[in-house]
Amino acid sequence: MTRNEIKNVILEIIEDIDEEADFDSLEADKPLRDQLDLDSMDFLDIVMELRKRYKLQIPEEEYPELSTLNSCVNYLEPKLKDF
Amino acid sequence: MDRTSPDGISDHYDVIVVGSGLGGLTCANRLACAGHSVLLLEHHSRLGGLATWFRRKGHIFDVSLHGFPFGMVKTCKKYWNRAIRDSIVQLKNIVFDNPQFSLTTTFSRDDFTRILQEKFAVSRSTVEDFFDTVGRMNFYDDRTMTTRELFAWFFPGRSDVHRLLMEPITYANGSTLDDPAITYGIVFSNFMSRGVFTFQGGTDRLIGLMADELRQNGVTIRTGARVDRIVVEQGQAKGVVTGGRFIAASAVVSNSGITNTVNNLAGRDAFSRQFLDKFDAVKVNNSSCQVYFGIRRGESIPDIGDLLFTSTAEEFSSEEMLDMETKSRTFSVYYPKTRPDRPDFTVVASMNANYDDWAGLDEEAYREAKAAMIERCFTDLERYVPGIRGRVDWVEAATPRTFNRYTLHTKGTSFGTKFEGLDISRSLFKEVQGLFHVGSVGIIMSGWLGAINYGVIVANDVDGLLRS
Repeated sequence: MTRNEIKNVILEIIEDIDEEADFDSLEADKPLRDQLDLDSMDFLDIVMELRKRYKLQIPEEEYPELSTLNSCVNYLEPKLKDF
Repeated sequence: MDRTSPDGISDHYDVIVVGSGLGGLTCANRLACAGHSVLLLEHHSRLGGLATWFRRKGHIFDVSLHGFPFGMVKTCKKYWNRAIRDSIVQLKNIVFDNPQFSLTTTFSRDDFTRILQEKFAVSRSTVEDFFDTVGRMNFYDDRTMTTRELFAWFFPGRSDVHRLLMEPITYANGSTLDDPAITYGIVFSNFMSRGVFTFQGGTDRLIGLMADELRQNGVTIRTGARVDRIVVEQGQAKGVVTGGRFIAASAVVSNSGITNTVNNLAGRDAFSRQFLDKFDAVKVNNSSCQVYFGIRRGESIPDIGDLLFTSTAEEFSSEEMLDMETKSRTFSVYYPKTRPDRPDFTVVASMNANYDDWAGLDEEAYREAKAAMIERCFTDLERYVPGIRGRVDWVEAATPRTFNRYTLHTKGTSFGTKFEGLDISRSLFKEVQGLFHVGSVGIIMSGWLGAINYGVIVANDVDGLLRS
């Protein structure tokens, strides 16, 4: 998967969680939590969805890697390279 | 491959959920949605655990539908469905009445900010600072500070402010001033975000909608099916025994209390000495008493508020609130708006209580203690609804013994465990592979919102194991 494809997957999953999420003014280097009103339960939903789609196991101590859109892509790029 | 016996239950499931409280129901639903085969077993004749109700003389009495935070809206939409979310409505009139103050509030940050300034003469900066401090609290923060110390820090010597801030939370989750301040901060902030909400249609409708959703998602449900034990072999959960029959599973989720899960279902032999030492230090929370009043059809009561925190005790005291003869109680008032399809008036008085105070009474003393409690509730309710005695056609009481009988909870606890239970619940599957616990623990994972969200958290753990 390319970096752009991974980004789109993340945004698609967030949109499933909150269909009112507004991505227009989203800054890729700022925390998703602050910009999209996501809470810790939402991040758990993202983790579970990634596991369902790609059998990806993300240990709890690595959840902080998912804090911004860019950090998500950086973290997932090597893990999703074969998809 | 799997054989199905005449009762429609297979020999093997991906997951068996033992118990159908809101945590168990939600965990089952999440796992079924994720594609796993799920069997849900409940010992009682109906689903819901403590999220329950009962019928008497044409009335429906809600046992634990007293009000939950706004967070339920998002949680129900994400983890259940739109019909459930769309039935959540606000309870706008929250009343406090005690010798120190009487007021009506929406129980939200805006309104509390106003009240603390206008009625309690606290400076705006102190109020803002307090809200910001509790709003930032996380469960993994330092837990050495108690709620008593938190209050003394912000509002020294102000027992009236302490009462305003603490009394509702004591009813919500059984916590006291000596519990960790973070447990207070997290729960209080949840409520303060927007106020108090309820489920229109009552508990029966909510649980009915949840059961429909579970069936639609393929969960096999059996009520009246008590699990005798969870089978653990060589450090791994293998399944359960119910009605003398073994059913295999790759994972077992116990929504039985954590103490029952370890002591009675899995059995202490399944755990290491080190784990048991920590487990034995877990304190279960207190239980409750309730008195239920049904208003005769054709009669009504005026709007006296939705939730009344009342007390005739001079000052707030966690101990006073647990006393058998406490002068402090919550009245939850259910008007026709609760169930528009079958309009009725009911009132439920709730008090905190210790199991041990009630457990030792012989039958006659028990009956007398219940009658005396009903009398005290009548006397208090009379102050808000003069002539209430003449309008009631049903009244009965529940005690910690009642809660113990229906939920099987250790000492009838109605709020799970104190804080240390959270770590035990979270580490169970590291001790016995494939064995998980969901249910009220740690004060914060309690109440309707806490239980449902905890069900989601545990479903994620189970899913992680099943896909590994």
